[in-house]
Amino acid sequence: MKITRRDLLKMGIKAAAVASMPLTIEILTPEQVKAEIEKSDVRWGFLVDTYKCVGCGFCVKACKKENEVPYDAPVTRTWVERYVITKDGRVLADSPNGARDGFNDNRIRGEEVPENEISKAFFVPKLCNHCENPPCVQVCPVGATYSTADGVVLVDRSWCIGCGYCIMACPYGVRFFHPEHKVAEKCTFCYHRIVKGMKTACVQACPFGARQIGNLKDPNDPITKIITTQRVGVLRDEYGTKPQVYYLGLDDNVK
Amino acid sequence: MIEHVGTIVHGAEWTAKDLFVFPNEFIYWSIQIVMYPFMTGLVAGAFVLSSLYHVFGMKDLKDMAKFALVFSFALLIAAPMPLMFHLQQPLRGIQVFFTPHFTSAISAFGIVFFTYAIIVAAEIWFVYRIYFVKEALALKGKDGIVNQFMWLVYTLLTLGALDTSEESAHKDEKAVKLLAAIGIPVACFLHGYAGFIFGSVKANALWMTPLMPVIFIMSAIVSGIALCMLTYIIIMEIKKLVVVTSKRPGEVLTAENLKGVEMDVIKKTSKYLIGFMIAAITLELLDLIFRGYTAVKTWDILREVIYGKDFINIFVIQYFLGNLVPFVMLLLPRPSISRMVVALCLVLLGVFMMRWNVVIGGQSFSLTFAGFMHYHMPIIPHSMETFKEGLLGALTIIISPYAFFWVINKFIPSIKTAQN
Amino acid sequence: MKNHVWRPLYVVLAVVALILVARYLYVPKDFGIGERGFMYGYHRMSNETEWKEYKVKYQSHEYCNDCHPDKIESILRSTHKVIECENCHGPAVDHPEDPPKLDIDRSRAQCLRCHARLPYPTSSRGRIKGIEPDEHNVEMECADCHNPHSPGMGV
Repeated sequence: MKITRRDLLKMGIKAAAVASMPLTIEILTPEQVKAEIEKSDVRWGFLVDTYKCVGCGFCVKACKKENEVPYDAPVTRTWVERYVITKDGRVLADSPNGARDGFNDNRIRGEEVPENEISKAFFVPKLCNHCENPPCVQVCPVGATYSTADGVVLVDRSWCIGCGYCIMACPYGVRFFHPEHKVAEKCTFCYHRIVKGMKTACVQACPFGARQIGNLKDPNDPITKIITTQRVGVLRDEYGTKPQVYYLGLDDNVK
Repeated sequence: MIEHVGTIVHGAEWTAKDLFVFPNEFIYWSIQIVMYPFMTGLVAGAFVLSSLYHVFGMKDLKDMAKFALVFSFALLIAAPMPLMFHLQQPLRGIQVFFTPHFTSAISAFGIVFFTYAIIVAAEIWFVYRIYFVKEALALKGKDGIVNQFMWLVYTLLTLGALDTSEESAHKDEKAVKLLAAIGIPVACFLHGYAGFIFGSVKANALWMTPLMPVIFIMSAIVSGIALCMLTYIIIMEIKKLVVVTSKRPGEVLTAENLKGVEMDVIKKTSKYLIGFMIAAITLELLDLIFRGYTAVKTWDILREVIYGKDFINIFVIQYFLGNLVPFVMLLLPRPSISRMVVALCLVLLGVFMMRWNVVIGGQSFSLTFAGFMHYHMPIIPHSMETFKEGLLGALTIIISPYAFFWVINKFIPSIKTAQN
Repeated sequence: MKNHVWRPLYVVLAVVALILVARYLYVPKDFGIGERGFMYGYHRMSNETEWKEYKVKYQSHEYCNDCHPDKIESILRSTHKVIECENCHGPAVDHPEDPPKLDIDRSRAQCLRCHARLPYPTSSRGRIKGIEPDEHNVEMECADCHNPHSPGMGV
């Protein structure tokens, strides 16, 4: 039997149809997406109380060990920043080694600010905001990073191609390349802990309750109560990312 | 004060931080991401140039058009190489085709790039089909492994279309014209997309502008035309040199075989070049003026980068040396070959620096808007990573299209035809 | 004779078919669109499970209390009750099986995280008793004089 071009073409089209079948893309309408998310009764949210933070850096240490981010690498899933605002309006900020070892020096990048010149000074813990509209997920070319139904942004380490587009797209600088896995790395809200009812490693390690995690869909959750009843702020909402890490006592100088 | 950071983290080896920078910030997109839009720009530009002949029938460009088309294909093969060099997981690069996430500019780029490659390859096939058939017939039954191999290659290249009649040749021509016409918008789209990759990053104050794709297309065409003109001049000069040096005693050199570069061709092409340069520079300046005038929150840090630390890169090298000087050189009356060569090299430098100032410049300030990052390109590699994302990696990328062109030219002689 | 013009198209279709077949074989079957839709939820579903099964290392003081209730009780009486055991003793992981002995951080730097004096009036840090690290018994370890489990007892 002679196979004609036409037959070949038909076979090809059939094969193509079969091959693409299990992955056919079904686009959900925004309403459908909303309905799907509402099915989940959990939406993880985070609360940072900047008044309580003393800059000890136990959170950073615990996070690195819990999540196996190389301890001496200058990258970290979470970090603490120090802001010192002088009476003449200068803003000095730093985060040496992400505050893995806390802050034990008066000097900021070698500059000592005399006590009587400080008008205000405070610490600000930072971590992934697990945005409602994560720009890092939007730009992933292969679907290696995604947002779960309960609102946690994760990276599939076996699928990430390491292009770095997500790192560029994040306005908060929370992403980096894992030095060992060679893929994009970020805070997971300790997904392996929160789904078991535990606190995240950083929340547990914080001696002063400056970090809290809770379920924003549960009105009785103590964290949700604070977020809904007190004056909280988020970082850089001008990007339309809808961050889900809320800050008490957020200062205008915080970057 | 500059704090130098450790060496295990990707990006840390060539990044020096200054003032307040977030811990995870590094120059993640380095020289290869500069090379990437530069290369795709050359592809698009070379193709547009070849289409000027095929679509608009610029007869003077006939030789140049064939060359530009095949050269564009060689550049096209090289264009994804910077990305592959840059990926942390290069073996997974193919996943862009397998699970494309179309909300990402990079993923859509994979599809556009594939489409574009098909158009260029098909166009080459139509231009050279009859040549393939003739070669295949001539080589049939000849002895020797090389001959047999070449016969096999040419037979496969004909795709079984052995008709060499006038009628079929006419069909080929029509197909070429159609493909060249479709190719122009696709080429612009391709490169516009490269601009979109940057322009759509809202987190980056320097990149985010809707003008970015258009600026990229314009400068892409500028660089493509410049490179084709430059390569054309060099090839024609070599040809002339060969005629002179291989002159046998007593042979008279005629004006015909001494004919080198057609100054008319150069003049005509340079008009297009000047036109696209005006468009590119206008858009770039518009962007700059607009940013300065509106002076939103990010302008403070951008001004420090643009007028401060990147002043030489932007105003001296890119705008003055890369735009203004060649612009004047191209416009001055009585063009000479040597002046043209210098002007074209400067144009290419200008476009390269524009890519550099966008990619590296966009990462030279921190998301904190209160700190800077300095890029130190690795010159002498001491690891795979410093090779790939360093000077040698970039040179590999620059040389590779010529290597591909050399191989392709063994089968598809675009230069040999030029000499006939 | 048939029109040869379409031949490149057949090659293209063959390449596309090849890519689709390769995709069918290569891409995990559970790759698809999750609850967040295509823009934010396109991923390999089993990756969620993989993250959920990630190893827990920090177990909290309740876990320590199972075997060391005396220690827990003593520290709960001190001002250091807010500090988790594992902050100094290191993550328990599967202790006592693995590791059988924890690596305790007794360093001066560990104490200085809170007790290096930083005069910040608007931060809780300013209210913690602190020392000048460059002046206060520079060569010594804090634990030589202070008991971390009952710091209030003094020297």
